[in-house]
Amino acid sequence: MKRFAFATVSTLAVVAGSSVAAEPQAEVLHWWTSGGEAKSVAVLQEEFASNGGTWTDMPVAGGGGDAAMTALRARVLAGNAPTAVQLKGPAIQEWYEEGVLADISSVAEAEGWADVLPASIAGHMQCDGTWCAAPVNVHRIDWIWANADVLAANGIEMPTTWDEFNAAAVKLMDAGVIPLAHGGQSWQDATVFEAVVLGLGGPEFYQKALVELDPEALTSDTMVQVFDQMRTLRGYVDENFSGRDWNLATAMVMNGEAAFQIMGDWAKGEFLAAGKKPGEDFLCASTPGDGYLYNVDSFAMFEVEGDDNRAGQELLAKLIVAPKFQEVFNLNKGSIPARTDVSLDAFDICAKISAEDMGSTSAGGSLLPSYAHGMALRGSQAGAITDVVTAHFNSDMSSADAVQQLADAVANSY
Amino acid sequence: MSEWLENHLPKVVLAPSFIAVLIFVYGFIGWTAWVSLTRSKLLPKYEIHGFIQYERLFDSPRWDTAINNLYIFGALFIVIAMVLGLLLAILLDQKIRVEGVIRTIYLYPMALSMIVTGTAWKWILNPGLGIESMVQGWGFPNFEFDWLVNPDYAIYTIVIAAIWQSSGFVMALFLAGLRSVDGEIIKAAQVDGIPTWRIYTAIIIPSMAPIFLSAFIVLAHLAIKSFDLVIALTGGGPGYATDLPATYMYAMAFSRGDIGQAASSAMIMMLVVFAIVVPYLYSELRAKND
Repeated sequence: MKRFAFATVSTLAVVAGSSVAAEPQAEVLHWWTSGGEAKSVAVLQEEFASNGGTWTDMPVAGGGGDAAMTALRARVLAGNAPTAVQLKGPAIQEWYEEGVLADISSVAEAEGWADVLPASIAGHMQCDGTWCAAPVNVHRIDWIWANADVLAANGIEMPTTWDEFNAAAVKLMDAGVIPLAHGGQSWQDATVFEAVVLGLGGPEFYQKALVELDPEALTSDTMVQVFDQMRTLRGYVDENFSGRDWNLATAMVMNGEAAFQIMGDWAKGEFLAAGKKPGEDFLCASTPGDGYLYNVDSFAMFEVEGDDNRAGQELLAKLIVAPKFQEVFNLNKGSIPARTDVSLDAFDICAKISAEDMGSTSAGGSLLPSYAHGMALRGSQAGAITDVVTAHFNSDMSSADAVQQLADAVANSY
Repeated sequence: MSEWLENHLPKVVLAPSFIAVLIFVYGFIGWTAWVSLTRSKLLPKYEIHGFIQYERLFDSPRWDTAINNLYIFGALFIVIAMVLGLLLAILLDQKIRVEGVIRTIYLYPMALSMIVTGTAWKWILNPGLGIESMVQGWGFPNFEFDWLVNPDYAIYTIVIAAIWQSSGFVMALFLAGLRSVDGEIIKAAQVDGIPTWRIYTAIIIPSMAPIFLSAFIVLAHLAIKSFDLVIALTGGGPGYATDLPATYMYAMAFSRGDIGQAASSAMIMMLVVFAIVVPYLYSELRAKND
């Protein structure tokens, strides 16, 4: 009886609570669980709490988000989606088509997101014209990292064309240095591949081939040249690269075993964590060629029940895009703010280059989504391309065969 | 009442597990079969589109690689593990002194999870850390053993690790079989002056046919569902050179959001298992009826 009374009272309390003033509630599904990432999420969590909200953390580690996506699928099928989910690129649209995303246009319009976000990034956050996701950061993918001492000792400048890169690599090999630190995992192969596509083909070709999947571009001579360059790069990698994690490859550049690494700007975090100074110990530059490949992390907002949950969702969206969080989070994460009006004084030189290039390429139309990191294409198309890229890189397949397989794989992926 | 209970108790007790198996095994097999006929991507959809997913599957070079790898891996793994297990069992059967200790040593790999086995062998076979660099360090600079990073040979490293893991278990099966052979027959053969190897090939091994069958079934299903070993040892690489059907299915279902494709590959895997298990069940049932 006592228990019954208690239950009744607490139910009443809940009912009363929600009818008087909706206290913002948010359950957030994400997979930022490693050191720097967890710290970055904690920033958002604190800010949410200090604005009177109750944050329910739902971190699901493992598999680069695969485990979290499985959890999400189960929750959505059970009709009980989390408030906000770390999702990015076309995956947002895919979930929108399942009819489970919420409309947060009121927040976006009140905060003027359209004015502060680069147009192509804002495009990812919109579903059929309404806002359905909030961007957190911008990672640049087409970076080339180098050990400053090794370059100086061999009289090499940061390469600005792939021919220069190849010449530098030959010189380094003669000097007994591994030219390119690389880990033989399919996503790393894909990361290098897209940088080469952008460098050799240019932004327009990249857009045609890896965003629009134009069969003509995929089977063009330019694509054959791209695969030729991949074969050349394969020669610059040490014999022991299979299955190596990206951070071990970064460590090879750090300790001078290797000269270059092509990797997104999370590699910078490894350098900084080891106490290396950008511009002095290590150099950063965009990979040879024009353009900018971005990987934007974002939170998609799912349709939820109840005023408290909706209030939480709106508060969360507002905080995520607000300048303060954008600055603090990205300083922790090594990326740059998605909004263009945040002061970059506290950021390092590489981040400043990244932000400047983002502005200029956005104006010039060469700010492009990364295919290797799930920004340009849906899972099955991107996966089909990666299969061919990694099979070519790890075997003696000819470039002509690779191009043919590429077109077949894309056609077969729908 | 008590009489009713007496008659029906077995059925009542078995009913929950029967229902659970019906739903969670056969129900979901049916569900997977249905989904494999749809164009499901991120979430399952139930509108039938014919055999499109199977067409995609058989057009995919990656699936070809996965199926070929299954044949290579399955055949080598089953045959070598059985031969090695039998050989070890026969050697252990020679009434040697510390048999218990040796048996335990050979059985121990079975106690490890495949993930541990895979990780350990990854280091052993890594050209820069393991056997290759060790032998080179001994003064043979031309020694090469780079199977792990060579796409044409990487599948054999999985065979090596799997055999290391399982042959002790097969040995234990065979040892039990050897011990169950009637000692009188062997003694009679020895009295007749038949050489030991003839006793094994003509008497003992033929009488162990059921053990061979069980060992085969156990190893075959281990081979078909192999997943963790590949993930730990090669991650499916280099490229996708060591993909197996199970890793293919995982990639499609959980990384790529291509549930229809994953379901069709799962159905093919199940048919492969059926192709092995059904003849076994058939022969078992026939043996019982005789």
